[in-house]
Amino acid sequence: MTKGRIHSLESFGTVDGPGTRYVVFVQGCPMRCLYCHNPDTWAMTGGEEMDPEYIFEQYLHNEAFYKNGGGITVTGGEPLMQVDFLIDLFTLCKDHGVHTCIDSSGIAYRPENKKLIEKLDRLMELTDLVMLDIKHIDPEMHKKITGQPNDGILAFAEYLSEKGVDIWIRHVVVPGLTDDDKYLYDLGYFIGGLKTLKALDALPYHTMGKAKYEKLGFDYPLGDTPPMDKKELVAKKQVILDGIKARRKDDGKADKQ
Amino acid sequence: MRSEWNGFVGGKWETEVNVRDFIQKNYTPYDGDDSFLAGPTQNTKDLWNMVLDLQKKERENGGVLDMDTKVISTITSHGPGYLDKSKETIVGFQTDKPFKRSLQPYGGIRMAEKACSDNGYEVDPEISEFFSTHRKTHNAGCFDAYNQEMRACRTSHIITGLPDAYGRGRIIGDYRRVALYGIDYLIEDKQAQKDSTGRVMTDDVIRLREELSEQMVALKLMKEMAASYGCDISKPATNVQEAIQATYFGYLCSVKEQNGAAMSLGRTSTFIDCYAERDLKNGTFTEEQIQEFVDHFIMKLRCVKFARTPEYNQIFAGDPVWVTESIAGMGVDGRHMVTKMSFRYLHTLENLGAAPEPNLTVLWSTRLPQNFKKFCAKTSINTSSIQYENDDLMRPVHGDDYGIACCVSSMVIGKEMQFFGARANLAKCLLYALNGGIDEKTKKQVGPKYRPYEGDVLDYDKVMELFLDMVEWQADVYVNTLNIIHYMHDKYCYERAEMALHDKDVKRYFATGIAGLSIVADSFSAMKYAKVECIRDEDGIITDFKITGDFPKYGNDDDRVDAIATEVVHKFMTAIRRHHTYRNGIPTTSILTITSNVTYGKATGNTPDGRRAGQPFAPGANPMHGRDTHGAIASLSSVSKLPFKDAQDGISNTFTIIPGALGKEDQVFAGDIELDLNK
Repeated sequence: MTKGRIHSLESFGTVDGPGTRYVVFVQGCPMRCLYCHNPDTWAMTGGEEMDPEYIFEQYLHNEAFYKNGGGITVTGGEPLMQVDFLIDLFTLCKDHGVHTCIDSSGIAYRPENKKLIEKLDRLMELTDLVMLDIKHIDPEMHKKITGQPNDGILAFAEYLSEKGVDIWIRHVVVPGLTDDDKYLYDLGYFIGGLKTLKALDALPYHTMGKAKYEKLGFDYPLGDTPPMDKKELVAKKQVILDGIKARRKDDGKADKQ
Repeated sequence: MRSEWNGFVGGKWETEVNVRDFIQKNYTPYDGDDSFLAGPTQNTKDLWNMVLDLQKKERENGGVLDMDTKVISTITSHGPGYLDKSKETIVGFQTDKPFKRSLQPYGGIRMAEKACSDNGYEVDPEISEFFSTHRKTHNAGCFDAYNQEMRACRTSHIITGLPDAYGRGRIIGDYRRVALYGIDYLIEDKQAQKDSTGRVMTDDVIRLREELSEQMVALKLMKEMAASYGCDISKPATNVQEAIQATYFGYLCSVKEQNGAAMSLGRTSTFIDCYAERDLKNGTFTEEQIQEFVDHFIMKLRCVKFARTPEYNQIFAGDPVWVTESIAGMGVDGRHMVTKMSFRYLHTLENLGAAPEPNLTVLWSTRLPQNFKKFCAKTSINTSSIQYENDDLMRPVHGDDYGIACCVSSMVIGKEMQFFGARANLAKCLLYALNGGIDEKTKKQVGPKYRPYEGDVLDYDKVMELFLDMVEWQADVYVNTLNIIHYMHDKYCYERAEMALHDKDVKRYFATGIAGLSIVADSFSAMKYAKVECIRDEDGIITDFKITGDFPKYGNDDDRVDAIATEVVHKFMTAIRRHHTYRNGIPTTSILTITSNVTYGKATGNTPDGRRAGQPFAPGANPMHGRDTHGAIASLSSVSKLPFKDAQDGISNTFTIIPGALGKEDQVFAGDIELDLNK
């Protein structure tokens, strides 16, 4: 079994997938999103090495809380940087019928890497849900926000769609950064083409991560950007939904032709 | 059948005092949702605004609005008091006007005097003189009997919060009996009990006969008191308004005569619902009227107040009364006991706004109906005012007609009572073990002069041995102190009103308590899994510790340390059980310092878990603040490992969470894209 490099374990996750979940935060992420609220999970070193069996045991201890519609979620950090560990952990889960979920940015996806794809194919057979966080639909803006291109991420979304893995799309709406209606509509139009899209989670930007940056001695990149207003968020989400509807309509027409 | 009972299903309850039988034969389980509930009436709003106004004035006045300094409070000492007589559907205050605190000197005259003087009042000198010269109090009795060691322990706070200067509380009368049977029948029943006592006049029989006589006097006075409000409670209640009123009068009599730290109500809602269902069926009252009665009842309970000293308020972090009402739970026959009245009681939190009193407590079972669970969750999120207790844990011990006194003490209503015994400070006991009984703050020899710890690094096994020896001593002095307290309380400050609403032969629990459990568990964990060096001061007393390395902390579902906590509770309870208890009370313990943890912290020096001197203890059985790092379920799992059989008086956990951490709001996240798209 491959050990995981773990940042922390949370026994009461209510916002990371369906139901009440046991949440595994892995250590290490190649992205440097400006609004990341877990900068303490960036470093590829550090954290604690843990056996999949140990983590699964912790889950089983309190399974009563999770078994009614909940399960295990691996987030981070970037879980897909530790595919071997995920395969081992989820194999245990699936042997026990536990619902599995990965919360990922998709950044680790490399279609040209055959070995990786082989492993991902195996992992996806063990995965019930992927929550894919698309930071921005525009390549340039994506680079500005995360320091990385987004072509692999979008390709990962299509890969999941092809594999038949359920997808929740998450998108953090940051005032002045990711709330432009044109791009939101485009995002909707893109994800509207995903066959296994099950939910859309528009997340309001909040400033609770600030304290962590201070603690780590990092500058807070978004300075005084205000938190996202909840009412406005609902409107922004509607723009994405409009994009999804338009795509579905267009795809419907294409099917008929 | 008596005419007042028309429409009820008869049974054993008709020929003996048996409220549970009445409930079981007559209650209607409710599986529906909260849509039937009625909002507040104009009269309710007007009255509540008057209460809010009085609360504001009381705060502006420094915490007390008015105090009685001349009239000793008894059941009938004060004439009727009202907010606005024309609008109140449920009446009755402790004194002749709302927010006027009564004078209750039987627990201790000095405490009564101090409660007055600290708030700018002065007890009538004649009353002071009378209670100093002619009539001994509970407090004076205790100090006559205490030995030197007990006094020292009291002063150093290794045993603390002892009820030796005010009412012990925690006794719940079966106030429903007043409504179901009426006072006349209850007096007849008590007379029959007195006639049935043993003929050989042993101490026990003499005491019982005297107590039963006292109880009959209390019942007669209850009737008189109700009459002063124009109510006749000599006969059974005929409708839901009368049933609530009679139940409240029963409770009111107890708080007119006793100022216990917790004066709880019992388990009344399902009982009252039997009347509400009958009235709805007969068209006697509408839903709106019934909710109004409930709102007015709860409003009265929110106005119960006692004269306290600032020190007392510091111990309890405010001015609580613990008017605990137990709601829902499962019946032993498998039916749940949720009724519409369970909803109505909780709905007062919406109609009147959130409040800590009365302490509405849901007896939770996994088998409660889903609609009720949802309503509880909703009300909790909106008001943060509901307490939850594990019915599945307590029902096997107490059946389905028990209630909670204070925060967690369970007892069968009218059949069981407890002698409240405050707490032993276990964290301090650990320091006494290291220092051979010398107090780490005062440097005085308080405990026995055992050999102190000798090394520089704390060895788990050696310290545990010293600790368990010191726990034996602590349990000994603690139980003996409580024996004196309860002997004197029965003698000088007997709860005649509450006990009049009990059976003749009651089961008595002898309650003790633990403070500082998580500190002790973490301290031993630090010794076992990290390195703890002790630092001695110039007198050679261990007053500080240096911890090197990390160690498992209680509150993370980690058996390595949770097992230590469990073991400590078991060992403490074993030590308690070894002792003789007053009136053969059944020893129990609780882990529940919900509010006094701050004060206990102040009285305790640095501890080997890294807690600094003066820092608060964790409340109840909670992990120490900030040490539970694996989320709520792991934290609660550690607490749930503590053995109920060794802490049968209850284990409490204070749970705080921001609403956002409970899940997403529906409007922001539907969890289903099709729902979003089809909106």
